[in-house]
Amino acid sequence: MSGRLEIWLFVFQRLSAIVLAPLVLVHLVTMIYAVQGGLSAAEILNRTQSNAIWPVLYGIFIVAVAIHGAIGLRTILREMTPLQDKGSGVIAVLFCALVLILGYRAVGAIA
Amino acid sequence: MTAAETNKTLKVDIWRGGDDGYYQSFTVPHEKSQTILDVVTYVQRKLDPTLSYRFSCRVGMCGSCAMTVNGSPRWTCRTHVDRVSGDGYIKIEPLRNFPRVKDLAVDMTVFFDKWRDANAQFVPTEPDLDGFAQVDPNSSERKEASAAIECIGCGICYAACDLVSWNPDYLGPAALNRAWTLVNDVRDADPNGHLKAVAGDAGCHACHSQQGCTSHCPKSLSPTASIAGLKRNSFVALLKGKL
Repeated sequence: MSGRLEIWLFVFQRLSAIVLAPLVLVHLVTMIYAVQGGLSAAEILNRTQSNAIWPVLYGIFIVAVAIHGAIGLRTILREMTPLQDKGSGVIAVLFCALVLILGYRAVGAIA
Repeated sequence: MTAAETNKTLKVDIWRGGDDGYYQSFTVPHEKSQTILDVVTYVQRKLDPTLSYRFSCRVGMCGSCAMTVNGSPRWTCRTHVDRVSGDGYIKIEPLRNFPRVKDLAVDMTVFFDKWRDANAQFVPTEPDLDGFAQVDPNSSERKEASAAIECIGCGICYAACDLVSWNPDYLGPAALNRAWTLVNDVRDADPNGHLKAVAGDAGCHACHSQQGCTSHCPKSLSPTASIAGLKRNSFVALLKGKL
């Protein structure tokens, strides 16, 4: 057992969940509002680019998603597939990197 | 009066053999206040003396008669037929997650080996020649220990736990619950040693808090809460550099 690593992963999983909870709500409410209001892509971009809060919020959101998703994926892989510690860890780190790259690419586009 | 109380007989399917076994059907008279253990004992004494099962105290103290009854792990000596069988049908199998020995008897070795692996044994301090250790009954440690101490080692939580079925190395709810009582025992000389043994991917951090153990524990304990306590305390111990 890798005790210390597991303790830190447990803590980061909980902390990222605490961050995610309100941000997911903001994300969903904003999306529904934007769709209901009939905003076009150009209008949405105009709003996100004129207010720094959106890139900042989504910048935090992406870090939390990358951490939370990667730790969760690692656990699922270890429990549900023949992958052991190393294999599941490598895939989780790659997943984390992919989410960060794609996420910040998207944030860059709306900033 | 329930439907089962109006039935004069019970149809009972009992698992026979080891892993490659089969269900054998029996018809058993339905009695008032009859327990599942009464049913199994009737079958063994009146219908088929080759039936193997395990029991001892018959009053919910020893934890040896646990079986799977109509799909759920239960202590059979304290489980009334009328509570689990509304239609007069009972299916009795050995406990899940344990190697099957024969019929309803399972091999408990791995279960208790994990208590050892969890370092779930009391580590004595130097004897105090002045008298007994004083433990404040109102202290938070004593309250945490009291909430978890009444485990009878029946293995029902271990059978109810999906984590055990997914990860055979997982220490399981009972061993972790026991470790939690020791972490809160002010007389124990090595609380951090207990935390060190259970912190990790086969220990308390593997628990998903699904609470199968808690919902099935016949003593109404909450191993889930104990495991959550181990997670908290191991993090604090890590921050203090004691792990």
